Amino acid sequence: MTTLIEAPPEDGELLPLKKSKSGGGLGKYLLIRFLLIFPTIFILVTLVFFLMRITGDPITAALGDRLPPDQLAQRIHEAGYDRPVLVQYFEYLGQIATGNFGRTISDNLLVTDMLATYGAATLELAINALVVALVVGIPLGMLAAYKRDKWPDAVLRVVAILFYATPVFFAGLLLKLVFSVGLGWLPVAGRAKTANEIALNQLASPTGIYWLDALRSGNMAALGDVAQHAVLPAIALGLLTGGVFLRLVRTNVIGTLNKDYVEAGRSRGVSEYRLVTKHAYKPALIPIITVMGLQIALLLGGAVLTETTFEWKGLGFQLAHYLTARDFVAVQGIVALLAVIVALTNFIVDVVAALIDPRVRY
Amino acid sequence: MSRHAAAPADPTGERPVLSIEHLKVTFATDTGDVKAVDDVSFAVAPGEILAIVGESGSGKTVTAKTILGLLPETAISSGAVLISGNNVISVTPAHLRQIRGLEVAMVFQEPSTALNPVFTVGWQIAEGLRAHGNVSKKEARTRAIEALGKVGIPEPEKRVDYYPHQFSGGQKQRVVIAAALALNPGLIVADEPTTALDVTVQAEILELLRELRDVYGTSIVLITHNMGVVADLADRVVVMYQGDVVEEATSEVLFDSPQEAYTRKLLAAVPHLGRNSASEGFTERAHQDTDVLVRAEHLVIEYPGRLGTPAFRAVDDVSFTISAGEVFGLVGESGSGKTTIGRAIAGLNKTTGGSLKVLGYEMLNFKERSFRPLRKDIGFVFQDPAASFNPQLTIGECVAEPILIHEDRTAAEVTKRVEELLEAVQLPRSYADRYPHELSGGQRQRASLARGLALNPKLLIADEPTSALDVSVQAKVLELFKEIQAEFGFAALFISHDLAVVDMLSHWVGVLFKGKLVEEGISSVVMGSPQHDYTKRLIASLPVPDPREQALRREANRALLFG
Amino acid sequence: MARKDQPLIRRLPVISHLNKSVGLQRGMLVAGIVITALFLITALFAPLIAPYGYSQRFPVSQEPPSGAHIWGTTAGGYDVFSRTIWGAQTAVYVIVVAVLLSIFIGVALGLVSGYLGGWLDRILVVVADAIYAFPTLLLAIVMSIAISRGQSSMWGGIFSAAISITVVFIPQYFRVIRAETIRLKAEPFVESAMVVGASSVRIMARHIYKNATRTLPLIFTLNASEAILTLAALGFLGFGIEPSSAAEWGYDLNHAQTDATAGIWWTGVFPGAAIVLTVLGLTLLGESMNDLNDPRLRGRRRAGKAPRTAPTAPAPLPADAALTKEVAS
Repeated sequence: MTTLIEAPPEDGELLPLKKSKSGGGLGKYLLIRFLLIFPTIFILVTLVFFLMRITGDPITAALGDRLPPDQLAQRIHEAGYDRPVLVQYFEYLGQIATGNFGRTISDNLLVTDMLATYGAATLELAINALVVALVVGIPLGMLAAYKRDKWPDAVLRVVAILFYATPVFFAGLLLKLVFSVGLGWLPVAGRAKTANEIALNQLASPTGIYWLDALRSGNMAALGDVAQHAVLPAIALGLLTGGVFLRLVRTNVIGTLNKDYVEAGRSRGVSEYRLVTKHAYKPALIPIITVMGLQIALLLGGAVLTETTFEWKGLGFQLAHYLTARDFVAVQGIVALLAVIVALTNFIVDVVAALIDPRVRY
Repeated sequence: MSRHAAAPADPTGERPVLSIEHLKVTFATDTGDVKAVDDVSFAVAPGEILAIVGESGSGKTVTAKTILGLLPETAISSGAVLISGNNVISVTPAHLRQIRGLEVAMVFQEPSTALNPVFTVGWQIAEGLRAHGNVSKKEARTRAIEALGKVGIPEPEKRVDYYPHQFSGGQKQRVVIAAALALNPGLIVADEPTTALDVTVQAEILELLRELRDVYGTSIVLITHNMGVVADLADRVVVMYQGDVVEEATSEVLFDSPQEAYTRKLLAAVPHLGRNSASEGFTERAHQDTDVLVRAEHLVIEYPGRLGTPAFRAVDDVSFTISAGEVFGLVGESGSGKTTIGRAIAGLNKTTGGSLKVLGYEMLNFKERSFRPLRKDIGFVFQDPAASFNPQLTIGECVAEPILIHEDRTAAEVTKRVEELLEAVQLPRSYADRYPHELSGGQRQRASLARGLALNPKLLIADEPTSALDVSVQAKVLELFKEIQAEFGFAALFISHDLAVVDMLSHWVGVLFKGKLVEEGISSVVMGSPQHDYTKRLIASLPVPDPREQALRREANRALLFG
Repeated sequence: MARKDQPLIRRLPVISHLNKSVGLQRGMLVAGIVITALFLITALFAPLIAPYGYSQRFPVSQEPPSGAHIWGTTAGGYDVFSRTIWGAQTAVYVIVVAVLLSIFIGVALGLVSGYLGGWLDRILVVVADAIYAFPTLLLAIVMSIAISRGQSSMWGGIFSAAISITVVFIPQYFRVIRAETIRLKAEPFVESAMVVGASSVRIMARHIYKNATRTLPLIFTLNASEAILTLAALGFLGFGIEPSSAAEWGYDLNHAQTDATAGIWWTGVFPGAAIVLTVLGLTLLGESMNDLNDPRLRGRRRAGKAPRTAPTAPAPLPADAALTKEVAS
């Protein structure tokens, strides 16, 4: 080993991506960033594959207490679960490389169909929650930064921590107690009334995102119903994420508020309000967007809990069910999809952050 | 100490643009309240350039910030800061905003951080205009272009849409000045406006500030620690020390006949190019009869480019030698490759081409394992004394480290040696038990020297060892360095951007420019009659701490400096 | 850096932070300390505070709060008050085991990976980043199934929960320590050690380790709150600890969901409030320490008032005290 290290040139004048007029710098960065998606997916799929194998096999999990041992062994042999794990692993990798995710064991659906059906529901929930989170987090975060170290800041910080500290299932429980049981304003669970759900599913080429389908078919009654069902889950999950966004915006805006260029703006008579919302906010946006991308994990993890709490039949709801049934195929399919979503989101977010930064663009 | 009331600064009796009366500023810190400014009074006349000079902790920057009401909330100020009749300390926030930009503007020390990286420079200038009345986008743009033109940015119509990173350091400072000028304030407060810049760029910015005053009659309050800059630009000087005004006089009077002991001490400590040269009277290179310790032949050092950018060549085809006992001075501006060469000799950077032999070891084939035994013969003194000590270890432990690694000695022997070393650098023995943060900057740099000398090295590399220090501290450290070098007789590579400092210590000097060694020779000869154009320009840009001499130099070198 | 001439007690993490805090920040820190202390005391003295055992069942189910059962009983006949109190104990066990397991591995990996660099570093970074970006709850669930396989003894449940959380934490410690190590490696004091010929082991042990781990008390606090949330989520989804093995707030909340629909509030509100309060306390504590470590975020007294104490010199910590991704700055 060596203690030689590459120190940057003395005054750091040259930026890595500065002279990208030829298109080489930015283009290459994006390419490398894109290629990084694949190891991420590969690592997660591999990790889950081996962890699931440790848990036992799906045949035993489903039928272990009902079949005699010899019949059980026979069934396991037929399904191929008694072969060496590595053989199964490479077979699995070969399959997903060709887009073949197989059929779920417990309910015999094509994994791709299952992902499409339930994925739409999860997507709808995630979008709703994200809207709530952004609407709550960004303005309040800026307000807290503007009023830093004064009482509105302290209040907002405690509120943000409360949002984060309240598990979605507890927030859901409280919301249900107040708005459904107490006031009777909103439904307790589900995505829509059964009749509406059937109507929406019978549309030609449904997207599976109910408000979109209702809007497309002009079914206003259904749209109202869907909206009513969407409120509580969106708030429960949205406030959790919103609390995190609030803290994120506050910390980063305060960070840039201490920079010389904000002081320079102040020295020219720019108002404090504009210093926060423009001069400090835009440079802060680069780290904010990057870290917001990482919150996709929080959002998806929270979605599992939200869906279970509100019986929202999406991927998270199904995942809990498949896990209990040790349905390898289904679980691996869901994890693979989530891994792709996570990797793609972070890629897009990095690209957006890079594009906001003029030092990268020019 | 003499106090000067806010006497009318200008004999013509014109109303001052700025008048500070009995200003006091106190900060709350973790260790209690600290008085940063204690009863300061002075005034600035229209069209006057007033310099506030002082070392760190003198309160000069705090005074500057008070003028714009930019002190943090932890500060409490009293007294009066009058700008066209309004007291900045007591006006309402809304009124203060009106004063900022319209009546007084600020130029910052570090142009690269004073500009917002994600907005165009045009937008940033326009923000100041928009803060003072309803200005249409088009009009703001026109006025931004106008301001950029005033400060000498070429093609302002095009450059107005550029982002800060598309400008060089000197141009960025011009943009900052343009933003300050946009509303034609009567007063500009310039806080160390050239400290972050190279000396050749500094000369241009000083010229620009002088023009502003001459053409637009703008008054300037210049905050600086650099006596050369004061001599070059200021009409009148206020000397501050620990929050107090020590002396106030016109520039010429102050430099000719300083009244106060502190001012005299301060001026005496300023290195003056051409005086006190270590190679005074040399006619040929010294120490050529001894071993060659370092031999660079066509040395090339490149930093690998990141993500598709080409490699950056920091050192390009450089050849030189350092002989035993010789002090080799290496001067150059930022990006010249001087630090890279120093680090390469110490094995902290890889060399990528040519040959670099250090104590006979070819650095091109560097392996830490085989080089390690040679390390005991090489000492290194880093630029920032605060960062070069492990905060978790005592000074004694830090100084002992090389001894523990290379020599097998008992604990008592090590302690004894550490104490000897501390005494050699004129630090009390008891300092061995102190932690780095308990020492002052100058003391830490002495300790750093002690660590560098712990094993009696043949070669000492000193990378800008005094550039983080105040001028009076620098003078003492340089003196100590000179004495110790004479006593121990080690060879030294002395790296600095400051020509006067290099000349005080070095026998032989090399001038680096963009990775190339453009000139080398006996130090006093190079400083006295430079041959290469770049060396000439470098020496001409360096302001000397004497207003009359500097005015003559400036005129004599006008063609060379400003084309 | 804590000054060594101060008495040891002044230099302990939480106490030194208290000394340099002021105003609202001090209020938040004190609130955090009080709530966290309350939580720890409850856990420690659970056997004395709780009137009944955590697995003790009563014939009265879903009884509203009364004299015998001050917070009522659940559908399964458990006493809500007792289970909420015992739940604190389970939470503390899980936090301690999870953090201890992950801290050693994470710190060691981060130090070596950051200092040596090279291929090992690149691979570890890609793996850590992949896990870090993924919904941690899902990994914890799969991990928990893999470990416990339906096993439900108290310590079995606690260990499986703790190990599941560990998988999530190791990458976090790894990232923080690695980033610090890389930053410190370029510091002149480390280079000073390099040029005098110190070996890599010596540099890591003597110069980097102590400076890189200064933020650990803070990460510990913030991760503790995440551990509680993960534990509760596992319990809520039915992959946690069985009610007969230990009291666990998430499990109780799971069973309270249907109660809520029927308007029975007491079975869910109390364990839920316990989670919120504990996480609130720990996060207040951690965030306040974070702010006080970061000179940019630290509020200061206004001048003119008498100083309360004469505490330590400010020690700038790494600006990105972004420790868990939730608080990332």
